Amino acid sequence: MVAETVTDTDHIPDDLRRALQEVKDPEIPAISVLELGIINRVESEKGRVRVEITPTFVGCPALDLIGEAVKKRLCRVDGVKEVEVSFVMDPPWTSDRMTPEGRRKLKEFGIAPPVEEGAGFGVHVPECPYCGAEEGEVHNLFGPTACRSIFYCKRCHQPFEGMKPV
Amino acid sequence: MRVENAEQAAAHPAYRKALADLLLQLADDELCLGHRDSEWLGLAPDIEEDVSFSSIAQDEVGHAVFFLERLQELGERDPDLLAFQRPPDERRNAVLTERPNGDWAATIARHFLYDCFDAVRLEALLDSGYRPLARGVAKIRREEHYHGMHLSLWFTRLGAAGGEARQRITAGVESLWPDVAGLFSLGAYEAELIRYGVIACDSAEMHRRWEERVRPAFEEAGLVWPGELPLPERDGRRGEHTLDLQELIETMGQVHHLDPAAQW
Repeated sequence: MVAETVTDTDHIPDDLRRALQEVKDPEIPAISVLELGIINRVESEKGRVRVEITPTFVGCPALDLIGEAVKKRLCRVDGVKEVEVSFVMDPPWTSDRMTPEGRRKLKEFGIAPPVEEGAGFGVHVPECPYCGAEEGEVHNLFGPTACRSIFYCKRCHQPFEGMKPV
Repeated sequence: MRVENAEQAAAHPAYRKALADLLLQLADDELCLGHRDSEWLGLAPDIEEDVSFSSIAQDEVGHAVFFLERLQELGERDPDLLAFQRPPDERRNAVLTERPNGDWAATIARHFLYDCFDAVRLEALLDSGYRPLARGVAKIRREEHYHGMHLSLWFTRLGAAGGEARQRITAGVESLWPDVAGLFSLGAYEAELIRYGVIACDSAEMHRRWEERVRPAFEEAGLVWPGELPLPERDGRRGEHTLDLQELIETMGQVHHLDPAAQW
């Protein structure tokens, strides 16, 4: 394998990118860690791969699980001898780091993607992922995981979850 | 003074000592309050608040872990050992955060008063010269914003509702008032923390900024300002605590003590 160093996620070698694309968020199995935007950096040199992951929320209990899954999957890539995963806060994860594909899949899964930056973070009711109505209300700022809130759609009368803008 | 990492901090013993003390204050406040929040699980007045308080507890304990990990980088023990095996006199949380929950309204009042303080303290740490701390604070602040919104909504709602709700929140505030000033203490190394640029505000300035935030909420809630904050009897930031903390530590550590070496 050619020695190379990669410092941003746009230029991850294809074999590593394909492998990371297969690692899903354990709590939202519809989207990959790449689509979620939590991979900060991938460096690979002579079969040694170093991955930096940035948590969506500081206390996210799925973090160790995600780190292990990344390690396991990358170890199966040809030529990879060693994988090191570290968790960093800089730059921090913000909801606008999710890819357009990630946002689409999240919505398909039934979770409204976070309202995009610019709206500021706070209480912004997203479009209902089921019927697309925009006139929902906040049901609970907190939800089943740290990164989600619960809303209620006044048109199709469905409660739905949405990712918090942070 | 700009310090990029734990190695640089460790090379300067006086700096390291003051920094470690502040990190313990941050960790212990969040750990105690997070534990108290978790005690509402299954007992909150409605299921939505069960969900909210579980989620807030998870955030607070997660923040505590972040600060304890920074201590580990400085050469302190493993975060679990720091959380579960430290005696009360080595704890640096404000006494307010160790008090039992009591009434739901008192819980709301305490969390609201604390969150306002926490917002002021995090703001004072945003440009901290200790860069690993500043980076975490930038992230934590975005999460705490949601706690602040939730708690200020409840605080004003209970006050403005009148009747029994207002009576209970008023009683809650009165019972907490003697412990509130303890939040602003920066402990034994305040002068060093300011001089080294670890934190931007001293305790008097934090108190002033806190009052600027809290007074309008009292007005909106229709609550009477209870008067000047009394000087605290004990300074939790110097390891002076009540039996409530002893009880909290014992309860929190019950599972850990069954088998301290277990892998979870």
